[in-house]
Amino acid sequence: MDTTQLGHNVPLTERAYRIRRNAVLMGEVQGQGYIGQALDIADVLAVSYFHALRYRPEDPHWEGRDRFLLSNGHYAIALYAALIEAGIVPAEELETYGSDDSRLPMSGMAAYTPGMEMSGGSLGLGLSIAVGIALGLKRKASDNRVYTLFSDGELDEGSVWEAIMSAAHHKLDNLIGIVDVNNQQADGPSTQVMAFEPLVDKLEAFGWFVQRVDGNDMDAVVAAFDAARDHPEPKPRMIVCDTRMGKGVPFLEAREKNHFIRVDAHEWKLALDALDAGRTA
Amino acid sequence: MSTTTTPAAAKPRLKTSAMIASIAGEGQRTKPAPFGHALVELAKARPEIVGLTADLAKYTDLHIFAQANPDRFYQMGMAEQLLMGAASGLAHEGFMPFVTTYAVFASRRAYDFVHQTIAEENRNVKIACALPGLTSGYGPSHQAAEDLALMRAMPNMVVIDPCDALEIEQAVPAMAAHQGPVYMRLLRGNVPLVLDEYDYKFELGKAKLLRDGADVLVISSGIMTMRALEVAKALEADKVDVAVLHVPTIKPLDTETILAEAGRSGRMVVVAENHTVIGGLGEAVAGTLLRAGVVPSAFRQIGLPDEFLKAGALPTLHDLYGISTDAMVTSIKGWL
Repeated sequence: MDTTQLGHNVPLTERAYRIRRNAVLMGEVQGQGYIGQALDIADVLAVSYFHALRYRPEDPHWEGRDRFLLSNGHYAIALYAALIEAGIVPAEELETYGSDDSRLPMSGMAAYTPGMEMSGGSLGLGLSIAVGIALGLKRKASDNRVYTLFSDGELDEGSVWEAIMSAAHHKLDNLIGIVDVNNQQADGPSTQVMAFEPLVDKLEAFGWFVQRVDGNDMDAVVAAFDAARDHPEPKPRMIVCDTRMGKGVPFLEAREKNHFIRVDAHEWKLALDALDAGRTA
Repeated sequence: MSTTTTPAAAKPRLKTSAMIASIAGEGQRTKPAPFGHALVELAKARPEIVGLTADLAKYTDLHIFAQANPDRFYQMGMAEQLLMGAASGLAHEGFMPFVTTYAVFASRRAYDFVHQTIAEENRNVKIACALPGLTSGYGPSHQAAEDLALMRAMPNMVVIDPCDALEIEQAVPAMAAHQGPVYMRLLRGNVPLVLDEYDYKFELGKAKLLRDGADVLVISSGIMTMRALEVAKALEADKVDVAVLHVPTIKPLDTETILAEAGRSGRMVVVAENHTVIGGLGEAVAGTLLRAGVVPSAFRQIGLPDEFLKAGALPTLHDLYGISTDAMVTSIKGWL
């Protein structure tokens, strides 16, 4: 099955809505979860899984797939939501999220979940693995790409910069990094925890082709993914996505920003209502 | 591969705290770069093998492989975390990376990357590390006194501590035959050749009795087996009969053979390891014996103390910390 044709008449905005909805439903199962991050990255995941990536839902290990690495393992709730929408994980598993014996643990791990390519959680691992995968794909003369989603907080990790240097050194034009700049990490705003700006200038100086977009502007994200794919220079590609935590649920967008946004028991239903309202608006 | 013999008189005893010092004794037979040559040989039949290093190809003998297979060699720069993550990625794509650096950097600096990207994901990565234990006089920065403890604590990880050039040559294909991550301590440069005198064959997960003896059972791994064999010869003069059980695979441990040998009555058990006495072969053997209710007449450990080791010439340090042949002879005689 050519997934670029799969459900091609479903708009990406609808995909993003369903990904957000899946994530909120999972959050409700556990009464918690990194829902702020899931909501902010849903548009990027919609573009990844319904515009950019090649894959076969029924065969997660298909050799011809593009690889998608989730370095920020705590975003697993968001990726599961996308994998369910993509048909890689059955929708009925949604209600097992975070439970004993579930294939959907709270932190993403390769051995648990179809479509999960790496074990994240310990932040800063993804880009290094991606360098190896990109080298491996080139060894196999594959035209597949490796996409790696990571968070702005991970920019604090020295290993991320090892990988950034290495990817440029090895001219890994089949590696596309996606950094979620929601400016929020465990101890506060990322820019205050460890200043990482000017990020675009830094990445360009390190030899990457860099774009910075509003990660919640679907058209801009699509254009950035296309440009990352089509860019002619033999450089790794980075898409810096500025996103809003809680996107799509206005009362969560407005809530005091926190790494782990508080959601009261009765608010999960309200969040679904808010998503529905946004869908028809 | 050539075998060289250095005349005893030609080489003065090393008196240096240099990072790289040969562990070969005076006049000892050696073989050059057994790891590099064995890997080149194996790679001819296994096209999935690739080599990666973090700016230490020359000092881990991986340069031999790189020269023979330049298109299968990746220089990852002095970046050990990246090195391990990238090896995981290549294994993810079906390749078999042989990764080299120094033991301190693989076990200490890159531990989480080995743990999470290689062991937890059960990737088929082979990690071969030079300067294991106390094989550098350079000080704690390069002395991997705790590498075995760290690596054996990691689920999925197979841990090998080879004795000599012959064993390294045989361990390389055995590492490749095992599906999953392996950590091997690497002796590089001109590596002593000892086990060819004992009709030895390395088998992953197997301990081998190299010589029998009625008074003392030395259980050892790595270069300490070489020492134990010398100790056994030296103690013959004192009418002390020493058996040597070589345990090159630290994990999985050959508990069956260890229990069978340690269970023979009347022998003191001495575990000798080029490693801190915490968490290495000694405590692994002790735990094995205790769990099985096997109590030898006495149990002793020869190993490195729980302290930051000094810089100095290796022979000096091996005497100081009790892992030279002479120091071992003295210790064992004192315990009898």
